[in-house]
Amino acid sequence: MPIQVILEKCTGCTLCLKVCPFDAIRMMDKKASIDLNKCTLCGACVPACKFKAILLEKTQNKGVLPNIKDYKGVWVFIEQKNGKVQSVAYELLGKAHELAAKLNTQVSGVLIGNKLDDQLDELIWHGADNIYLVEAPELANFQDEPYTNILVKLINKYKPEIVLCGATSIGRSLVSRVAITVDAGLTADCTGLDIDPQKKILLQTRPAFGGNIMATIISPNHRPQMATVRHKVMQPIAPDKHRKGKIIKETFENSLYASRTKLLDIIEEVESLVNIAEADIIVSGGRGMGAPENFKLLEELAHVLGGAVGASRAAVDSGWIPYSHQVGQTGRTVAPKIYIACGISGQIQHLVGMQSSKIIIAINKDPDAPIFKVATYGIVGDVFQILPALTKKFKEILRK
Amino acid sequence: MNIIVCIKQVPETTEVRINPETNTLIREGVKAVINPFDMYAIEESVRLKEKLGGKVTVLTMGPPQAEAALREAISLGADEGFLVCDRAFAGSDTWATSYTLAGAIKKIGAFDIVLCGKQASDGDTAQVGPGISTHLDIPQVTYVKKIEEVSGSKMKVERMMEEGFEVIETPLPVLLTVVKEINEPRLPSLKGMMKAKSAKITVLTQKELNLDPQKIGLCGSPTQVVKIFTPPQRAGGVMLKGEAGEVVTQLVDLIKNEVN
Repeated sequence: MPIQVILEKCTGCTLCLKVCPFDAIRMMDKKASIDLNKCTLCGACVPACKFKAILLEKTQNKGVLPNIKDYKGVWVFIEQKNGKVQSVAYELLGKAHELAAKLNTQVSGVLIGNKLDDQLDELIWHGADNIYLVEAPELANFQDEPYTNILVKLINKYKPEIVLCGATSIGRSLVSRVAITVDAGLTADCTGLDIDPQKKILLQTRPAFGGNIMATIISPNHRPQMATVRHKVMQPIAPDKHRKGKIIKETFENSLYASRTKLLDIIEEVESLVNIAEADIIVSGGRGMGAPENFKLLEELAHVLGGAVGASRAAVDSGWIPYSHQVGQTGRTVAPKIYIACGISGQIQHLVGMQSSKIIIAINKDPDAPIFKVATYGIVGDVFQILPALTKKFKEILRK
Repeated sequence: MNIIVCIKQVPETTEVRINPETNTLIREGVKAVINPFDMYAIEESVRLKEKLGGKVTVLTMGPPQAEAALREAISLGADEGFLVCDRAFAGSDTWATSYTLAGAIKKIGAFDIVLCGKQASDGDTAQVGPGISTHLDIPQVTYVKKIEEVSGSKMKVERMMEEGFEVIETPLPVLLTVVKEINEPRLPSLKGMMKAKSAKITVLTQKELNLDPQKIGLCGSPTQVVKIFTPPQRAGGVMLKGEAGEVVTQLVDLIKNEVN
């Protein structure tokens, strides 16, 4: 039995029942009883029990990596596209800097691509002590296999204790492969990272069940401890142009740069306002926008504010705007500084995709719309009046 | 064309809510459904089969009741279902899950394409698909939004990125994870529903798969959950009142420092 309740210790307090995400615990004769058909051994109940009455046993423990103490340093995979380092990399360097200070170790960036010399200083100013640089013409663009091969080689050679990577299309594909290959634990889409002060291990906190619960996850016996991190959650440090760092150039045999898949073309979406994941401000529209041509109003405001246009599933499913704009459970999760929801009622599937935005502004004619429950500022009114007025006002202010 | 679709049964997430008074999870009437992203993978596999011939095998790992997800997939056009089910697999994280599913795929036999949804709506990791392809040592393309063509032993697909998409050619066999944009799933047909009822679901246990006991279940999982908690609820803020002109002025004053 991998998990059991020690009946003598169980007081029937029901604390465990409340934290079980799988509804696997019931009270039977005033004691907790675990339904093994539902239990996934996630372990959430174990720390929740104040009486140490739940035992979760690893029957055949793989054991601790024997040379675990050799793994040192915090690494960041520096994502670049088209030769340009992506902003998530600077955010991660900021977090890595903080974690490394707590571990009394160094921050290193891994940069793979071609002709990236011009951005190395910038990375060092933002917190990198070392940069492992792997350049070749065939590495110019991300491809799963060569990038995996290189990151695996570097990890095996230099043994970092932590590897962080953006939870982006590239990042999630890449490190999933790397973690399997180097036999490491990987936690997806973290929104919080910290170091356990006693054990000196990485505490990785992430949302689950569409953000309705949070889980803190550790990989105590494996190295490196790997995590992907959401965009816009961590803060870059202020660049310090006096910071010094080391560039370590690495080259590997050509066979490692080979890819079975072939990248034929990269098509940038023609609309300039498409990248909602990067935007600091998102102006988003839902069913209340009424018709596709009304999205012009959103575009105009977004343009003035330097933001992007988002949409609810209802608007996308009506064919008013392409799927790449969709915010929410089946679209993208965003966390901009300002999210302006126009004519969006606020179904839970939409809310989970935007509720970590710093400021939420809701404009809706229905005063009972659930969106108002999460809005920092709510306006009950007509979007067709308010939007143009808002655009005009900001035009005036921002021109000054 | 032999296609294997990996699916997951998940709680209908909308119904996993927090009771704000007691701060506990509300689960009354939570229905188990096929992960929404997997519905697109199932649909795409059936479309490929209709075009190119072949067979669609649907695979899941989970408790005995996950059989219902397999039957639903069959009602939507899949031909055969495999349920990986054993207490020995409980507690698997994405590492152990992808190892176990890769083992099951090897057991099922020859395949050309493995299809997965881009991620599951309960865990949201997007790690199991790439994990399976790594364990199988086959290429992968994640976030596929369109299969342009399949010819002989290769295919051309479009991979969705933040700023647009990539066109990628890959040899077969390959693993693809798909996004919502790829298709619009059909409803089950009456014939499909009849077929689903009587279809035989093959259960694969550790005995059949004979996987390395060090790499499965709890002990094959590097990650451990140490704490689960409810995030602080976002409270509603200020309602701005007045004529359109007034509220706009108020709003602009409130947020102008955030805009630059």
